[in-house]
Amino acid sequence: MTTSKKNIVMREKDMQKVSAQQKVVQALVKVGVYAFLLVMALIVLFPFYWMLISSVKTLEEYRMSVPTFWPQKIMLSNYVEAFTTANLGRLFLNTLYVGLVSTLLSLVITILCAFAFARLEFKGKETLFGLMLATMMIPGELFTITNYQTVTQLGWLNTFTVLIVPFLVSVFYIYLLKQNFMQIPNELYLAAKVDGTSDIKYLCKVMIPLALPTLISITILKMMGAWNSYIWPRLVANDAEHRLITNGLRNAFTETTGDVNYPVQMAAVAIVSAPLFLVFIFLRKYIMAGVSRSGIKG
Amino acid sequence: MKVVLENLTKIFPSRNKKSNEEVIAVNNFNFEIPDGKLIGLLGPSGCGKSTTLYMLSGLQKPTSGKIYFGDDDVTELATEKRGIGLVFQNYALYPHMTVKQNILFPLQNLKGEEKMSKEEMLERAYYAAKLVQIDELMDRKPNELSGGQQQRVAIARALVKMPRILLLDEPLSNLDARLRLQTREEIRRIQKETGITTVFVTHDQEEAMSISDLIVVMKLGVVQQIGKPQEVYDNPVNLFVAKFLGTPPINVFDGKIKGGKVYIGEDAVMEVKDAADQDVIIGIRPEGFNLDENGPFHCKLENVEVMGRDVSVVSTNAASLNPVIRSIINSDNKVNTESETVRYSIKPHKMFVFNKETEERIYFEVK
Repeated sequence: MTTSKKNIVMREKDMQKVSAQQKVVQALVKVGVYAFLLVMALIVLFPFYWMLISSVKTLEEYRMSVPTFWPQKIMLSNYVEAFTTANLGRLFLNTLYVGLVSTLLSLVITILCAFAFARLEFKGKETLFGLMLATMMIPGELFTITNYQTVTQLGWLNTFTVLIVPFLVSVFYIYLLKQNFMQIPNELYLAAKVDGTSDIKYLCKVMIPLALPTLISITILKMMGAWNSYIWPRLVANDAEHRLITNGLRNAFTETTGDVNYPVQMAAVAIVSAPLFLVFIFLRKYIMAGVSRSGIKG
Repeated sequence: MKVVLENLTKIFPSRNKKSNEEVIAVNNFNFEIPDGKLIGLLGPSGCGKSTTLYMLSGLQKPTSGKIYFGDDDVTELATEKRGIGLVFQNYALYPHMTVKQNILFPLQNLKGEEKMSKEEMLERAYYAAKLVQIDELMDRKPNELSGGQQQRVAIARALVKMPRILLLDEPLSNLDARLRLQTREEIRRIQKETGITTVFVTHDQEEAMSISDLIVVMKLGVVQQIGKPQEVYDNPVNLFVAKFLGTPPINVFDGKIKGGKVYIGEDAVMEVKDAADQDVIIGIRPEGFNLDENGPFHCKLENVEVMGRDVSVVSTNAASLNPVIRSIINSDNKVNTESETVRYSIKPHKMFVFNKETEERIYFEVK
């Protein structure tokens, strides 16, 4: 009786000891993890920080052999200069136009395709969808060459069309939305049929509202894609009329004098990054959802 | 509106191209549903009851046979033109719309002469909502409602068009036990109030028996028996129907008819007239046993379960096809729990005898 009681007391003591140890280990792990994350975050943030401080330095300070981590004199006029020399206003408008039109058209195509593949029954549906998915296996750079030949023959060089049309159909977005549509229970469709709803009305009134988060993700990704695109616009539409923002940045500060004013260029970069930054801050929920669904994009 | 099913058959082609096994989901269904009644389609899963419902709704086309609503042949008519209301097992409410928008949805699709003004629509929607007592919840979203409330919304949405026929597909199976009881009475009340001919599908015999005017028992696409719930319970045409109806289920025994007596094992439990000698299966309802010290049927007493009003006596017998025999006895009768055996006499109208091969009922007179 007494021995067994003793045993229990002993065990309680052990448990207290073990749980104390556990707490220490858990705390240490936590500290380690956060320290690691902090360092990583600093590494990621540093270029942005450098961009911002460089954008307000004078050219002389920028060229000092020992760089300063905080500008001696804050030159906000760099921003004004950036806006005027690079003709940023025009570039913004061009990019916005291309982004909005291509996103809008792309959404219409994606929604209709996804609906057809998710809900309608037609011959060869599976085969067709398989073929479309197979195109995702081909690297995008390969398309660049063939697309370039196609658009040259069509005489589309240096137009907005060439910036918009070739990328309207995205198999990936169709796939994303189709999966989303398929999660909507079939009974909703049947219920709508009983009530005499046409397919197109069902699509607009039920499926689109229910798939709205995915559609917002697609919109954001598409807009970001338009904003960030570089190689294709440089290749096919690099005249002043149709130049997009990324190429504008690249060209504006080298062509004029040969002597690059880096702080002004940095200011321009900051201006161009700002919309994307804001989009991310306010809509990161949808961007993250889109990225995690895709697993690769981002 | 009466509904007539004439030789209704649905065959699903085999999915696998190599084997040509077709599935006959519904086989030659003939039935006239009287006007304004509540009909329960009852059977185990895969018996064709839902397929029948979907054919009535027009969402599935019958392979052959005809469907009439009143005198109109609607077999080829599109779903939305049939004037039906359909309620799904999972309610199928539009999750992004409020209750009001959900109920209004069917009305907004009406075209031509049927088109209504906004006020008319709202009036109809509120009428339907009041009928199912959810008019307080009109501005909520479906996910803010309990299962029972969602089901009512689904019923209101089906009723708002004033359908000629209301179809319910397993309307209660997603509800918990208490709500199920409540909602089935509710369905009964709504059906009586509106007088709409209603067909509902269920696998729960208790549910079907408790609220239906008529039940249709189905098995593997074939209608087994149609009748008033009590009649079907008291007079099953075959072993399947006898087994399917009733809780606790019917007790089944191996037995035989010999020399005008019905035997369970070695016990001659009843004398009968006009029955040929043969091996049979005997079914006795749990309430068909009388405790009787001199009774002809001997069983080994296992256990007595007290349920208040009744006691349930659990016993075994070598001839029983169920693991135990369960009999329900009025609790006024004292069971001697110390005893190892229990003896019963059998109530003749609670005992059914079936052909051992065909499992069809054998009718006879009790001497």
